Amino acid sequence: MTNVLDYLYASTARLPDKAALADPDTCLTYRQLTDYARAAGTVLAGHCSPRQPVAVFMEKCCAAVATFYGAVHAGCFYTFLDPSLPAARLSHVLQVLQPAALVTDAKHLAGAQALNAGCPVLLAEEVFAAAADETVLAARRAAACDTDPLYCNFTSGSTGVPKGVAVCHRSVIDFIEQFVPVFGLEENDVFANQAPLDFDVSVKDLYSALKTGARVELLPRSYFSFPTKLMDHLAARQVTVLVWAVSALCIVSTMKGLEYNRPEHIRRVLFSGEIMPCKHLAYWRGFYPDALFVNLYGPTEITCNCTYHVVTGAEEGTLPMGHAFANERVFLLDGDDHEVTAATPDVPGEVCVAGTALALGYYNDPERTAAAFTQNPLNLLWPERIYRTGDLARYGKDGLLYFAGRKDFQIKHMGHRIELGEIEAAAAAQPGVERTCCIYLHESQTLLLVYSGSAEKRPLLTALRGVLPQFMLPTAFLKLEQLPVTKNGKLDRAAMTAAYEAAKEAEKAEKAARRAAKAAANGGN
Amino acid sequence: MDELLQILREIKPDVDFESCTTLIDDAIFDSFDIISTINELNDAFDIEIPATEIIPQNFNSAAALWAMVERLQED
Repeated sequence: MTNVLDYLYASTARLPDKAALADPDTCLTYRQLTDYARAAGTVLAGHCSPRQPVAVFMEKCCAAVATFYGAVHAGCFYTFLDPSLPAARLSHVLQVLQPAALVTDAKHLAGAQALNAGCPVLLAEEVFAAAADETVLAARRAAACDTDPLYCNFTSGSTGVPKGVAVCHRSVIDFIEQFVPVFGLEENDVFANQAPLDFDVSVKDLYSALKTGARVELLPRSYFSFPTKLMDHLAARQVTVLVWAVSALCIVSTMKGLEYNRPEHIRRVLFSGEIMPCKHLAYWRGFYPDALFVNLYGPTEITCNCTYHVVTGAEEGTLPMGHAFANERVFLLDGDDHEVTAATPDVPGEVCVAGTALALGYYNDPERTAAAFTQNPLNLLWPERIYRTGDLARYGKDGLLYFAGRKDFQIKHMGHRIELGEIEAAAAAQPGVERTCCIYLHESQTLLLVYSGSAEKRPLLTALRGVLPQFMLPTAFLKLEQLPVTKNGKLDRAAMTAAYEAAKEAEKAEKAARRAAKAAANGGN
Repeated sequence: MDELLQILREIKPDVDFESCTTLIDDAIFDSFDIISTINELNDAFDIEIPATEIIPQNFNSAAALWAMVERLQED
């Protein structure tokens, strides 16, 4: 097993006419998926050398995934570009990636051409209609290694330039070979894919299904705004497995989706991205007492997840991150690069990971790769790469790992990983903005931008909409004459948080007073 | 209605809620905004918005939201 196409071919040989992939409008059997991928691979091989990037610019749909596997057939790797991202962000990504080809669909052709990606723009519809050339495909396959990149997903970068995390076949195969049996996933499962295709949460859906011969139902993002549509769809498609962001599960519970319609076949609920709030977990477990609930942890740089915890219901307070998957080494280092072990519970350390799971690095970015992927300081005897996650964790008295915050200013907001520095840099680049500081208030999920300068918040927000993805837009603004600093000259985040809370309190009091006055005026009615 | 407009302006300061009737159709509101709106309205007007009311027609404009709030307050 050295290439993810081994999964595709094994499942296609076994289950050629079984549905492999569906979106609300289309469905592909394993045979059709393979045929599309082979045709696309043949065409792409004419435009790309092996190991070059192929950009896929369309909404989440069956064609996008078939194009991924087409890129792999050409010995290339894929990057999904979400057409809803602002042009400035897409252009940053393209500058780093420099794709050899870009595949789009008729709906997004004009948008794709406007990107000026500097490479041929191909139409998926035409690519799939081409004849597959067995000689070409066999040659590409023979030249492939399992350490070749499979995909490159872009994530927020603190300097304002997103980082492309390149992951190889071997890392994905290593992970999926654990993930599928540990959680008992199988051929009859139907994966309800919530995650966008440029997030590695979707890697779990796609390759677990490919390995087992299961079906993936691709869910459009818009369904998560309307619970009746979402729940009816999940029920109608008889989904059995949810590998979802915590925030997506919370959307369903907040909107009381399961009271409306409880999809009866769900038997596995695996979540990641943020700490699962107890209340929301209890809601879900109440509706699915017999399902397996699993807390997954891991940044995209270590291929999906490195630790897991199967919920027992006996946990007190926060859920543990749990323990490592087999064939991954997860350990804690303190500020002096000494290991923190389970022998000293409750001492925090940085989560570090070693093993096949590690990404190849940040694509086209040796500097940031060297900073995050370093030699294991505990091993001076041979080159051993580790990834420093920047996450802090501690061992509990039960020997399990517990999340304990961040070392830096990276946050998780609605399932998205965000470097606050990227928002600060984007805001500081706008006219009329002098200094900026972005703060995340976890309790209220408020992304607060504090700034000084002459800019007003409305036009500032409108300007930011043109450069930042929707999920990175500040949800609250606080304009100050000057940003407060500590005596060491660092931005005083605590003081700014307090100033915001005070302003909010004052507003609340004013609102209550107005309501009281109104009630008094209506008195007696 | 004033209180509703104020809540909406806090969620999305740069939208003209008095004239906009395509909050959902033009994807001005995403799922996070809808969740924020639901939480704020439940709190402010002492209602519980059920799943069946969370449909595009009810969230496309401030007027539609207000009609929903009034309907739920009567129940």
